[in-house]
Amino acid sequence: MENRPHFKTLWLGVLLVLPQLLLVLTFFYWPTGAALFWAFTLEQPWGGGSQFVGLDNFSNIFTDRFYWESVLRSLVFGVGASALAMGIALVLALFCDRQLRGYAYYRTALVWPFAVAAPAAAVAFRYIFAPEAGVFAALNQLYPNLWNPATNGDHAMIMIIIAYSWKYVAYNFIFFLAGLQAIPRSLVEAGAMDGAGVLRRMRDIQLPLLTPTFFFLLVINLTDSFVDSFGIVDITTEGGPSKATTLMVYKIYFDGFKGLDYSGAAAQSIVLMVLVMTLTVVQFRYIERRIHYK
Amino acid sequence: MIERTPVLNIATHAILVVGLLIAFLPMWLVFVAATLTIEQINNPPISLLPGSELIANLTAAWNRAQLGSKMLNSLFVALLVASGKIAIASLTAFAIVFFRFPGRMVVFWMIFVTLMLPLEVRIVPTYAVAANALAPAQAVLEVVGIAWLWQVLTGVKLALEWNLLNSYTGLVLPLVATATGTFLFRQFYMTIPAEIVEAARMDGARPLRFLRDMLIPLSKTNMAALFTIMFIYAWNQYLWPILVTTDRANYGTAVMELKRLIPTSASTGGGTPDWNVAMAGCLIVMLPPLVVVALMQRYFVRGLIGADK
Repeated sequence: MENRPHFKTLWLGVLLVLPQLLLVLTFFYWPTGAALFWAFTLEQPWGGGSQFVGLDNFSNIFTDRFYWESVLRSLVFGVGASALAMGIALVLALFCDRQLRGYAYYRTALVWPFAVAAPAAAVAFRYIFAPEAGVFAALNQLYPNLWNPATNGDHAMIMIIIAYSWKYVAYNFIFFLAGLQAIPRSLVEAGAMDGAGVLRRMRDIQLPLLTPTFFFLLVINLTDSFVDSFGIVDITTEGGPSKATTLMVYKIYFDGFKGLDYSGAAAQSIVLMVLVMTLTVVQFRYIERRIHYK
Repeated sequence: MIERTPVLNIATHAILVVGLLIAFLPMWLVFVAATLTIEQINNPPISLLPGSELIANLTAAWNRAQLGSKMLNSLFVALLVASGKIAIASLTAFAIVFFRFPGRMVVFWMIFVTLMLPLEVRIVPTYAVAANALAPAQAVLEVVGIAWLWQVLTGVKLALEWNLLNSYTGLVLPLVATATGTFLFRQFYMTIPAEIVEAARMDGARPLRFLRDMLIPLSKTNMAALFTIMFIYAWNQYLWPILVTTDRANYGTAVMELKRLIPTSASTGGGTPDWNVAMAGCLIVMLPPLVVVALMQRYFVRGLIGADK
């Protein structure tokens, strides 16, 4: 690549990267630096500047029961949503890839939920799961409060997992299908010649060859579940009932903007950042597949 | 494949139909809800067939959330973000691939690393930057002493200020930088044969001429793919708009308004929740990205998976 022909005007090259460089420095690196600064300092009440407090902010959040509960809930949410979205998508992709009649229609139809705004999906599922109207109202007529995400934390968690995963089924489906189609047809045909049935070929040829895609998607799904869940939570439950759906990202928003605890929110941001970075590094270092398109 | 598996074929279709139900049933329920009257919707079990009130509910939602101006705002912001991302990504990639200035790989990696810094993890300080986008520049000038020099020379204290709150700039600018877009364009430019570049240079094409007459026409497919994905991404933004716009009447986006349509005990005054209107609003708000996907189906999947296959 170093031998590629190139243009000699250096200043023009610099000029062309400048806009994006400035944007990245202003809106990414500066705020990240500020988060680090806030995480290690404490703002004096009534002005008076910031005081360096070392790891105090971190030890505060790590000894806070509510923080650990939000971490635990984020894990439950992340694992639940990833399992649901990836499981359904994998089955659909495996069978769609058989390319029976109507294949093109199935493929097109299964992709579209990804274009629906997460908040719109959240409003939809909030209605569908509403205890007083929607689908579950009939259930509640049989027995009052059999289903009520407004008061039952477990119900609320189930609701946000389903509302969030719905869209990611479509996303994962696209990638699984692409992964399946990247498997050389001759391998599957050779399996058929050797007498392996459809299901046997799925289990012993396609699934093992799909492992890279699987791990790639697992990392993406987990990462996104940590950062992309804000809209769903804010619209369906606002973190309630009694904090049962306050995930890490929602707690940062809440502590920062409602509680005005910048130092605490910054320390939580740094923890989440480290988590996201670890997952991303794992993805590039060990899975190094295609990148995530946002 | 070349085998007869009638039972399994039926099972395959059954599984895929279940998949279709998963994809469509929620939105069908939304559509049906948007066609019912307030009495029908609060009278379980819910009907699965549409009623007759669709237009009335759409109008009610449209007026209540003032969706006319909100949809225009959303469209404007989404178009700006998508085209901004394409412009900035293609320029950056062009500079990184076709020039040899020192530090260009550092710049590339700096942009690439922003993948690991999603908005959600730096939300509070990014908001602080939006309140004065020139604060970083000011700090840098103070550290290197230019601010001090300015004060000595002119007698005026240097105080740069550029508030992005409640402005289109604030809605758009922080979302425009794009690691994935830059990466996509870089990968594509690197596949351009050296002969083309040589030929262009031999014919006397200057860099910008080469960009305009060779690279941009060649990357139309990439641009369409990126545009589709980024338009949807920008239209569906939620967290950033609710932070930077307090002046919802003028700068609110459509997706932000969704939450206000949800009937709560506060909004209905203890009355019957009008989910029918909320669902009609939901239909309106999610329509534009779906239209884009329908029109650009091919590019949508391509953009999602990435062009490096």
